Amino acid sequence: MKVLIVEDEKDLRETIATSLAKEHFVIETAKDFYSASEKMEIYDYDCILLDIMLPNGSGLQLLEQLKKQGKAGNVIIISAKNSLYDKLKGLELGADDYLTKPFHIAELNARIKAVLRRQKMDGKSTIETANIVLDIKDRTFSVNKKNIPLNRKEFDILNYFLFNKNRLVTKAALAEHVWGDYIDKMDNYDFIYYQIKNLRKKLSESKAEIEIEAVYGIGYKLVENEIT
Amino acid sequence: MKLLNKSLFYLSLSLLIIIGIWSLVFYFNILREIKESIDEGLDNYRRQIIHQAQNDTTLLEKDNFNGGFFSLREISQEQALSSKDRYIDTVLYMQDADDDAPELEPFRLLTTAFEDNGNYYELQIVNSMVEEDDLIGDLFREVIWLYLLLIATILIINKLVLQGLWKPFYSFLDQLKNYRIGTGENFPDTGTKTKEFADLQNAVTILLQHNIETYERQKQFIENASHELQTPLAIATNKLELFIEKGNLLNEQAESIADVMRIIERLVHLNKTLLLLTKIENKQFLDSETVSFNEIINQCVRDMEEISEFKKIEISVSEESELTTKMDISLANIIVSNLLRNAIYHNISGGFVKVEISENIILVSNTGDTIPLNEQNVFSRFSKSASNGSGTGLGLSIVKAICDLYGFSVSYRFENGLHCFRVFVK
Repeated sequence: MKVLIVEDEKDLRETIATSLAKEHFVIETAKDFYSASEKMEIYDYDCILLDIMLPNGSGLQLLEQLKKQGKAGNVIIISAKNSLYDKLKGLELGADDYLTKPFHIAELNARIKAVLRRQKMDGKSTIETANIVLDIKDRTFSVNKKNIPLNRKEFDILNYFLFNKNRLVTKAALAEHVWGDYIDKMDNYDFIYYQIKNLRKKLSESKAEIEIEAVYGIGYKLVENEIT
Repeated sequence: MKLLNKSLFYLSLSLLIIIGIWSLVFYFNILREIKESIDEGLDNYRRQIIHQAQNDTTLLEKDNFNGGFFSLREISQEQALSSKDRYIDTVLYMQDADDDAPELEPFRLLTTAFEDNGNYYELQIVNSMVEEDDLIGDLFREVIWLYLLLIATILIINKLVLQGLWKPFYSFLDQLKNYRIGTGENFPDTGTKTKEFADLQNAVTILLQHNIETYERQKQFIENASHELQTPLAIATNKLELFIEKGNLLNEQAESIADVMRIIERLVHLNKTLLLLTKIENKQFLDSETVSFNEIINQCVRDMEEISEFKKIEISVSEESELTTKMDISLANIIVSNLLRNAIYHNISGGFVKVEISENIILVSNTGDTIPLNEQNVFSRFSKSASNGSGTGLGLSIVKAICDLYGFSVSYRFENGLHCFRVFVK
């Protein structure tokens, strides 16, 4: 998987690159309009993270360029502007997703995975790992081919964790992803803990070979059970 | 008061005064003219009577007005020599054709003296005068008619001519009322070459251009500020997340990092909320579609199910009728979610939230603190309850800002131990 990160801010570019390297992606970076334009013309990428405000030009122009080449489908715009106009314009130009800064690494991860998944649409809409299968289209979850009922939010949580397998998912990231604006951002995260507890119970009862580990009380990590 | 009515008011007032003064002057002039002409007549009579008296002495016997208009009285020489011609107004009992009984009528009386064959006589001649109150009455009626006629004429002229003249102004005003900065529409145009209106249009256009520039600059500033703040916040969040992911931390260290992350999270949220508030106040949400509050509320309650369950708070929705309005759907969502979130988070365990939807009111009432909130500043920015310091203190200000944008009204009341928020949707 080849990913291009177009971002002028060095720190952010490097942080994203470090994070994506953990997913074993091949990472290329561009720090301004011209280098990005050049790279886009020469190479094909599975996913492009595109900042809108760039030195020497706008990310939207790059998107137009990609569209002309018929390669705009795998772009995720990452912008500090949460402007409806940019969002609509970007999506109209063929971008796949629009992520507003600041974002959690887990969120970026999940979005990239979703883009890659859509791109490689081979009729499969499932995530399989260990002995579990999560069907994103039908919203079903099964362990050892046995269907385990999950409620709406439990499904979303599990889905998010599976996109971020072996990665840290902070409580804040999870709350924002699953409950969006409805959860009071600063309220105690006991609620998240409670939700995770329920999900864990279902996982262990169904003998799923995955586990949600707590990470320093800051977040969680989904891992495959070590074979004991 | 409309300009048209105002000018009409001043015109009729000054006309009233002018006509009033004019009719007074006119009245006295007329009266004087009448008297002069009567006096002339009386003088003629006198000469005739004196002339006739020389031939017909019986006339000299006539010592009262019975059946005539003069009387004679013999006087001494001294009296005659000292007397002068006097004209006076007087009244006499007289029965006119239209009177039932004799009544006092005004007369002009000439008193004079003459000598006839060495005898001296005083001659009094009367002539009936116009009745002053009749004259006043007639004149008054005429003046009123004149006045009304003038007013009516002015009214019609005002309506036809002035309204025609002011038409560009009113159309300009209408355009100005509907003008929204930032929508890029054409500047209001008076469509006339009349100097005053053209000047007005120029002044307004310059003002608008200036405003648009300021508006654009402000928008640009907000966007830049957002970019400048969001990116460092993104870097800070992501770096810390990666740092924790690396592991090898002592619990203590991890806790400190968690604290820092929470603070950053709070900054992120605050920044986003402030930007949203600025956007609302800049009227940058002008998407308008038919929105059903019933749907939004039910959806929102479903989305918050787990949270309310966890907090052991029961949410009930009662729908008296369908409540729809035209507005930006994301803003409608924000109104509902902020009110509900507020009601859930400032609640007590085992409490409840009641949502009532009627024709044009959304009422959210919840259990919570037994102390009423301050009705004055509950919607102002950064007003927080003492018990909960974690919120941004902006949630309700956003509700208020959206309500202001659409002309809804939102109010808070503490009723029967419940905190009630009422949104009146127009």
